Amino acid sequence: MRAVGIILAGGNNHRIRELTTKRATCALPIAGSYRSIDFALSNMSNAHINKVAVFTQYNAGSLNEHLSSSKWWDFGRKQGGLFVITPSVTAESNAWYRGTADAIAQNLSFLKSSHEPYVVISSGDCVYKLDYNKLLEYHIDKKADITVVCKDMPSDFNLERFGTVKIGKDDRIEEFEEKPVVAKSNTVSCGIYVMRRRLLIEMIERCIEEDRYDFVNDVLVRYKDMKHICGYKMTYYWSNIASVDDYFRTNMDFLRPEIRDYFFKQYPDIYSKVDDHPPAKYNVGAAVHNSLISCGCIVNSVVEDSVVFKKAYIGSNCYIKNSIVLNDVYIGDNTHIENCIVESHSTIRANSYYKGEGGIQIVTEQNDRYVI
Amino acid sequence: MIKKEMIAMLLAGGQGSRLGVLTSKMAKPAVSFGSKYRIIDFPLSNCINSGVDTVGVLTQYRPLKLNTHIGIGIPWDLDRNIGGVTVLPPYEKSSNSEWYTGTANAIYQNLEFMETYNPDYVLILSGDHIYKMDYEVMLDYHKKNNADVTIAVMPVPMEEAKRFGIMITDGNGRITDFEEKPENPRSNLASMGIYIFNWKTLKEALVTNASQPALDFGKHVIPYCHQNGSPLYAYEFNGYWKDVGTLSSYWEANMELIDIVPEFNLYEEYWKIYTRSEILPPQYLSSESVTERSIIGEGCEIYGKIYNSVIGCGVTIGKDTIVRDSIIMNNTVIGSGCEIYKGIVAENNVISDGVKMGVGDEVENETDPHIYNHGMVTIGEKSFIPQGVSIGKNSVVFGKTVASDYPGGSLASGKTLIKAGDER
Repeated sequence: MRAVGIILAGGNNHRIRELTTKRATCALPIAGSYRSIDFALSNMSNAHINKVAVFTQYNAGSLNEHLSSSKWWDFGRKQGGLFVITPSVTAESNAWYRGTADAIAQNLSFLKSSHEPYVVISSGDCVYKLDYNKLLEYHIDKKADITVVCKDMPSDFNLERFGTVKIGKDDRIEEFEEKPVVAKSNTVSCGIYVMRRRLLIEMIERCIEEDRYDFVNDVLVRYKDMKHICGYKMTYYWSNIASVDDYFRTNMDFLRPEIRDYFFKQYPDIYSKVDDHPPAKYNVGAAVHNSLISCGCIVNSVVEDSVVFKKAYIGSNCYIKNSIVLNDVYIGDNTHIENCIVESHSTIRANSYYKGEGGIQIVTEQNDRYVI
Repeated sequence: MIKKEMIAMLLAGGQGSRLGVLTSKMAKPAVSFGSKYRIIDFPLSNCINSGVDTVGVLTQYRPLKLNTHIGIGIPWDLDRNIGGVTVLPPYEKSSNSEWYTGTANAIYQNLEFMETYNPDYVLILSGDHIYKMDYEVMLDYHKKNNADVTIAVMPVPMEEAKRFGIMITDGNGRITDFEEKPENPRSNLASMGIYIFNWKTLKEALVTNASQPALDFGKHVIPYCHQNGSPLYAYEFNGYWKDVGTLSSYWEANMELIDIVPEFNLYEEYWKIYTRSEILPPQYLSSESVTERSIIGEGCEIYGKIYNSVIGCGVTIGKDTIVRDSIIMNNTVIGSGCEIYKGIVAENNVISDGVKMGVGDEVENETDPHIYNHGMVTIGEKSFIPQGVSIGKNSVVFGKTVASDYPGGSLASGKTLIKAGDER
């Protein structure tokens, strides 16, 4: 591949509420067995991008643990590899990353020491499959300076949290709006860009001179008339984990057969760290309907319309409905959980009752667990 | 300088013909077990969990599946700069070429491999048992006794002792005598085929007996060491240890995993069993599905009803299908409206809609009654079963079958239907 990869994984988002007290959004568990960064990483790996930097900053513990070995995404290479980059105090800077452009600026040596002509930038909190080779072909074809991956959203979609673009003649992006209150277009930018490495270095160096820190505002918006910026439309599934509702919905999307087929059965695969849990086990009393169950789970009761992550234990006579149960949760007997997200490593005592009224409730219970 | 205190040599070349069509395309250690695992995962995981990070796997019979499964050993953390896992097939030599003719002969042909690591001890394992064992504890026992050879033994019921190689020990565990499948056993300590040798003792015994045809540990090497006066000790093991050499014992061992708290517990945190998992996604259970007393692997799509069964990874089970007391292996697709009783359905099979399996009378199998028995229906890998046929008990099907292979739409109990040429 003729590109290096950059995955922006440093962000925090208050709309994800308690879920990010434990982890960065990029480390949020998705679809039973994955974390959100797996999608960007797998796309990179599948496009044979061999050298990938992950910029982390906010609450990177879980993320670092997840990325502790790069072999799961096939990045354990002599040439290239996976570079997890955190802010560090240097002779030039002792600041945290003040924005996406600043993150790249503080690690410009990564780009300068590469030889690949292009850079693919992706955010780490999106669930999607994209062939970056096709994207790059398009970019070259259009003679674009920067190509931005976009997607048309349904008209009832709340665009407030996204950057919207207006695409004009010959796919050229004419207008950019960052988080508009009333959007002029329902095409959003997916936070995936491709451009020449030299151009990125040049623009980032200018940002450094001018004390500008944000890639979208200070590069894309600022140069939209000067540079040839094109929009590449994504046609199928793309979801950004920007709020608890997004997170919930994205996970529930995997209950649809066509979504599972697209991500799990069709080439290429999405990879993740392998955890070596035993198969899921169903004892007497288990009755699981329209749900995803992951490896290592032991189920003794009713689960409906839910996504259960790895190594969850669900006791007898429980009722789990329309909920997400994250990794390593223990649910005691006779418990009712409805419209909830149960935080990972929670231990729910027997006879508990949780029901999200008028929204999704996040359940975190740190009780002592007695394991036989 | 390269130095490993103990290296393991894992004998994985046997066919295991008593597993019938399950081993027609792969060696026994590569056969699926317990949904997502293969039999060889157990000794390999034991090795890494015991701190043995250098393992030679001796292959011979149909090694493709085994080779791809082991790869460079990543799942077991056996991808090492020095050591790790090495697959050792028989090879051509300048003056003569031979297959591995016996267990000890196979090890003898790989003296050079072992010498590379400059070991003090060599652990000999076989790749066809289900158990969890800490070889390091066994090594401590071996060192404590200043033994030359330590043999892992297992107490078996006295009436069954005549099926095993039996060790007779003194009060301190030192072996005074042994008997191969004795008529009147003097002890109930059965050899498990797990040995720790002092490297020097092993090398000397192998070189001295090199010309012995079909050189075997139980028959030749151990008796030779004993005659030489080498101290031989028996290491008693009292955990779960299961030979899965026959289809019925294979089926039973699988079924034991679905007990509420199985004797052999895969869910223990501190002695994990590792395997290569190509399929990562969770399993989907539809609104109509029933899953009771079963274990199910990753990536399955379940629309039918499953009772008392072990289901592998990536399996699809159609609507209104009933699977009971069965083993379904990886990537098999079962259509809708099927009934499967006591079936052993190997990997990558396609079972069309409305197929009934394990129905009818109990009739002895026509060709191999000692393999296909206990009412089980066995389907070899990559087979195809056409729509709507029924298959009787103690029968076996292998290959891409068509409707005309089933006279009157059924295969009677006890029939053997193998369409894969001589690939039995």
